[in-house]
Amino acid sequence: MIKKALTKEHFVKYILTAFALSSLLFLFLIFIFILSEGIPLFHKVGLKNIIFGFKWAPTKGSFGIFPMIVSSFLVTFGALMVGAPLGLSCAIYLSEYSGKKLKLFLKPALELLAGIPSVVYGFLGVIYIVPLVRNFLGGPGFSLLATSIILGVMIFPTVISISFDALMSVPKTYREGSFAMGATKWQTIYKVIIPSARSGILASFILGMGRAIGETMAVIMVAGNALRIPTSILDPLRTLTSNIALELAYATGDHRLGLFSTGVVLLVIIMILNYIATFAIRRRVLK
Amino acid sequence: MRISPNFVDKIVKIGLNFQAFFTVGILIAIVAVIFFKGSPYLNLEFIFSSPEDMGRHGGIFSTIIGTIFLVLLSIFIATPLGVGTAIFLTEYTKESWFTKIIRFGVESLAGIPSILYGLFGFIFFVVKLGMGWSLMAGVLTITIMILPTIIRTSEEAVKTVPRNLRIVSYSLSATKWETVTKVVLPSAGPGILTGIMLSVGRAVGETAAVIFTMGSSLRLPTSLMDSGRTMAVHFYILAREGISMEKAYATALVLVLSILFINIIAYYIMNKVTSKYS
Repeated sequence: MIKKALTKEHFVKYILTAFALSSLLFLFLIFIFILSEGIPLFHKVGLKNIIFGFKWAPTKGSFGIFPMIVSSFLVTFGALMVGAPLGLSCAIYLSEYSGKKLKLFLKPALELLAGIPSVVYGFLGVIYIVPLVRNFLGGPGFSLLATSIILGVMIFPTVISISFDALMSVPKTYREGSFAMGATKWQTIYKVIIPSARSGILASFILGMGRAIGETMAVIMVAGNALRIPTSILDPLRTLTSNIALELAYATGDHRLGLFSTGVVLLVIIMILNYIATFAIRRRVLK
Repeated sequence: MRISPNFVDKIVKIGLNFQAFFTVGILIAIVAVIFFKGSPYLNLEFIFSSPEDMGRHGGIFSTIIGTIFLVLLSIFIATPLGVGTAIFLTEYTKESWFTKIIRFGVESLAGIPSILYGLFGFIFFVVKLGMGWSLMAGVLTITIMILPTIIRTSEEAVKTVPRNLRIVSYSLSATKWETVTKVVLPSAGPGILTGIMLSVGRAVGETAAVIFTMGSSLRLPTSLMDSGRTMAVHFYILAREGISMEKAYATALVLVLSILFINIIAYYIMNKVTSKYS
């Protein structure tokens, strides 16, 4: 009887170990298959000609994705310019100024809105933001500016939620100490609370960046997808993600491999960002 | 001239007030626009009839069924895998290099954007394993995509189960597995359910990973090897190809309402749990 229970315990443990290993297996498969499809073209065409190449004409043997790398960073930076200050000040308002009731209502409401699918943001961007940009500022409307606004709104919930948690985790005694020295509320926030919550706030920005740089469908809809480096915020542009999604359905041969090379570059950028984010969060926990 | 700190304080307070309501206002406006533009075209016929003429006429029935199939099957596979991993990490091991590697794997999976899941699912399931654009390829891709969320929320839920409960169970000479199934899981159940609901929400709204694995056939999928179309993919195609604005708004409304509904249930369950333990 005892022996039977023990073997069952062992069996369960093996099964659970296998389950736990499945995540690693999936990660491994994702890397292997994206890399094995994407790397060969780097050998054939040359790393430099892909990463620093300006011309994307995959059916004619040009696989330059430099404009897309630049565009991906531009929209991410743009999203941060819109989303970070608005998101952070919203988090400050929630943690330092709003009453308890409002806090209990607003925090979940914001997190619920994080669930709105990206295609819906993209659609509303096409209907409202793109014409607004075209009519008031000129250009085609499908632009770096429109994309930055849409992505900025999309990263609000991430930035607000994580910065808010960071601000709330600043010990109450810090605030009391600062007030006791005669500081005003704003001086306390600016000189004491924000510096203490710095790494958490930073992590919220980096995670927001990760979301913006990986976003695809909303970007395709509002960015205009032009194949060059934009020279003004009113120019259309194409990101790494949209390049993959726009052409994957019909690409064959080297063209398809080129899309996987685009995926490799994206994967590397994302991994670096994630590493920085986990580092920032871990530092916060250690403190 | 020196500006008084108290004056600055007042200005900041007014500014932040204004700005917070502006931000929340934008997000509320998004939902309101979808609601008011979509509701005139939303009726039972729209929900229960299938799309005709690429979606120009008819409803979205086959895409609702496609969404339900995709989401239920993915959850069905991802839940045991995810909860099992969480149980393994919290109950069956001590923190070591091994758990660190697994956690690293889970974190990395969580950070991969959906288009890369689409790219992977396309080359691995659709092309290399020869599944073609099919419900099966979509299910397996979405399973991997939602796994990290289920693992993380389950782990949090299992961690909140008080230690005393486990000690009592062991002192009654229960085995580890008995303790897990009869004590830990029932008590962590609602928290795990929250994670599952959030994953359902994410899968319902997903486009990039679905369109390249499950395809976008408008026919009702009748087997795992059939292609099919989810509501999110249908909405994307309607909007992007300008097929019909009315149908697009109505589809968006159904999509947003279902996701809000699912997420509200998730938060309701979570609140019940947190209020129980605090």
